[in-house]
Amino acid sequence: MCLGQAGRDFQGVVRAIAVDDAFCAMPPAEMERRLIELGFVEGAHVRLLHEGPFGRDPIAVRVNGATVALRRREAMAIHVIETR
Amino acid sequence: MTDIQSAGDGAGTAPVPRLALVGAPNCGKTALFNALTGSRQKVGNYAGVTVERKVGSAITPAGRRVDIVDLPGTYSLRARSPDEEVTRDVVLGRHRAEPAPDLLLVVADSVSPQSGLRLAMELRKVGRPMILVMNMIDIARHRGIGIDIAGMARLIGVPVVAATAVRRGGQDELWRALDAALAEGLAAPGLNRWAEPDGAELRRIHREVSGLIAATVTEPARPDTRTARIDAVLLHPVWGLAVLLGLMFAMFQAVFTGAAPVMDLIGSAFDGLGALAGQALPRGLLLSFIQDAVIAGVGGVVVFLPQILILFLFILLLEDLGYMARAAFLMDRIMGGAGLHGRAFIPLLSSFACAIPGIMSARVIDSRRDRLTTILVAPLMTCSARIPVYTLIISAFIPARRVAGVFDLRGLVMFGLYAAGIAAALGVSFVAKRLFWRDRPAPPFMLELPDYKMPRLRDVAIGLMARAKMFLKRAGTTIFAMTVLIWVLATLPRPPDGATEPAIAYSFAAIIGHWIEPLMAPIGFNWQICMALVPGMAAREVAVSALGTVYAIQGDEGALGHSLSTHWSLATALSFLAWYVFAPQCVSTLAVIRREAGGARWMWLTFGYMFALAYAASFVVYNVAVALGWG
Repeated sequence: MCLGQAGRDFQGVVRAIAVDDAFCAMPPAEMERRLIELGFVEGAHVRLLHEGPFGRDPIAVRVNGATVALRRREAMAIHVIETR
Repeated sequence: MTDIQSAGDGAGTAPVPRLALVGAPNCGKTALFNALTGSRQKVGNYAGVTVERKVGSAITPAGRRVDIVDLPGTYSLRARSPDEEVTRDVVLGRHRAEPAPDLLLVVADSVSPQSGLRLAMELRKVGRPMILVMNMIDIARHRGIGIDIAGMARLIGVPVVAATAVRRGGQDELWRALDAALAEGLAAPGLNRWAEPDGAELRRIHREVSGLIAATVTEPARPDTRTARIDAVLLHPVWGLAVLLGLMFAMFQAVFTGAAPVMDLIGSAFDGLGALAGQALPRGLLLSFIQDAVIAGVGGVVVFLPQILILFLFILLLEDLGYMARAAFLMDRIMGGAGLHGRAFIPLLSSFACAIPGIMSARVIDSRRDRLTTILVAPLMTCSARIPVYTLIISAFIPARRVAGVFDLRGLVMFGLYAAGIAAALGVSFVAKRLFWRDRPAPPFMLELPDYKMPRLRDVAIGLMARAKMFLKRAGTTIFAMTVLIWVLATLPRPPDGATEPAIAYSFAAIIGHWIEPLMAPIGFNWQICMALVPGMAAREVAVSALGTVYAIQGDEGALGHSLSTHWSLATALSFLAWYVFAPQCVSTLAVIRREAGGARWMWLTFGYMFALAYAASFVVYNVAVALGWG
């Protein structure tokens, strides 16, 4: 599944970063680099901590020792496996 | 170290070594810069871009003078915003105005060192001498995080020191390392092996940093949960919004009521100064220039300083606390629907006090297109200079009666004017998104939510001083020049001898008023209104006194209101209100837009669209009102 579809308290491991052109606001390679820079690399543990008050978007994700806010649209590029 | 005079022996003839502070956002870099340089800093702009340039100097314990430049925070040298481009160009020695640094001070947050260490790995390739500073070591130790500084230095291959920006003596190790490096003599820059990393390279750096952290950082047995516990409330869908609304309300209260006594004080001080000039100089053109252009003009801008300081006090406190990123998180969806970034929330909120600090604070938005959209719509927010105009017209034309038993009709109209401004701002940004950025999809909203930190008074004070200086400098130059121009328009030529009308009726402003009257007639403006709009360009509320002058009303606003209600129809009054919601009636704002957006193009665009909106709104309001029999 994608992190963009996950609900609150979701815990998982990043399986792959796969940027879908249709979802992306920038060249896929650039999007991928930005996600990696935020700590979303294969094998990273992620936990969805908070959802925005309107339409449950954006989301706040604990990853790699930091809390990162991003929109669900971008989080669709992060493929995860649930670990609980 | 504290006295610049003691530089003597170290300064010599050799060029002063130049250090550059580089670090990820929220790593305490600016606090470290403040600690190293104290108040010996100069804040300005890099030429051509609105990126803040901070340079300071310091004397090391051994008496060597160094210059330190605080580069904009960045996660990587892959520059993605004007700020980050400056950092990249300076670090690589490519910047046109800023000399290449002799030594890089790479700052990493000891509490969450990943991003800082990743940046250090990248910077290692640039080939310049560097020292890695593990900052905020006190917080890390307090939380039970252990860092093997010596081991880290061995693994990275550059000197590493621990530091605390916020404690006295917290920089001793850094000073010692600096003196050691300077005594040894800084190596000439080596070969630059940096190239823009691709995904694979970033993954490799990430692995390398993870390995480094595993080898040198020990996590505490019981992790710190303070930030998580605070976030449970502040990012809560209900409580989080309630706190945000409460904060907004407190900010408004502070800006409007808290600033009022000081503003009155400044206002009467400038009035007194004007009166003093009136006693010292003979009546005439010179006195008018001193009183109406210099004193009243500068005073009219300086009077906003308390509001701007209170506003920036809030902004700086919330930013240092780590709350700003949370506010952006909470508001992103609403703002995003209109094509704005979550971070635009605070600049737009600030614009309710005055568009100038609002536009200035749009710098917190990384993406250029989001920043420009924010700057474009900020003047639509109802600034405090519109309030005198609104209250004058409302009290003169709108009867004080109750609507539906509970609402005051005047209050409702006032609320409507505010709501119209907000709706227009959202609408315009929505259209801008479709019109200007059609081909470029919205930049993503991705940001780190930093751990909460107690703001330090000293850093807030230094930040506040810099804003005040910047504002006053602008008031003293661009805004002053505009005020003088408007004074000329409203004063010259002088009335002929034996003139019966008020002096302004013979001025260029009156000529312009008569000249644009045919254009404004369809929206119900007579030539007196058209004329008052000219000095009203200096600041919106000046239109009130200009109307007083042209209708030859001496005394309070009540008298002016009464006079207006006999001269104007209700339709004209409503049209005038609609005009003031949208019209680009403030040269200071336009001047700041030109500066912050980096071009006259954006200034004219703002002027044009606001004028069009104002004209259309007034036209509709006037004609509907006339049709309703209020003409």
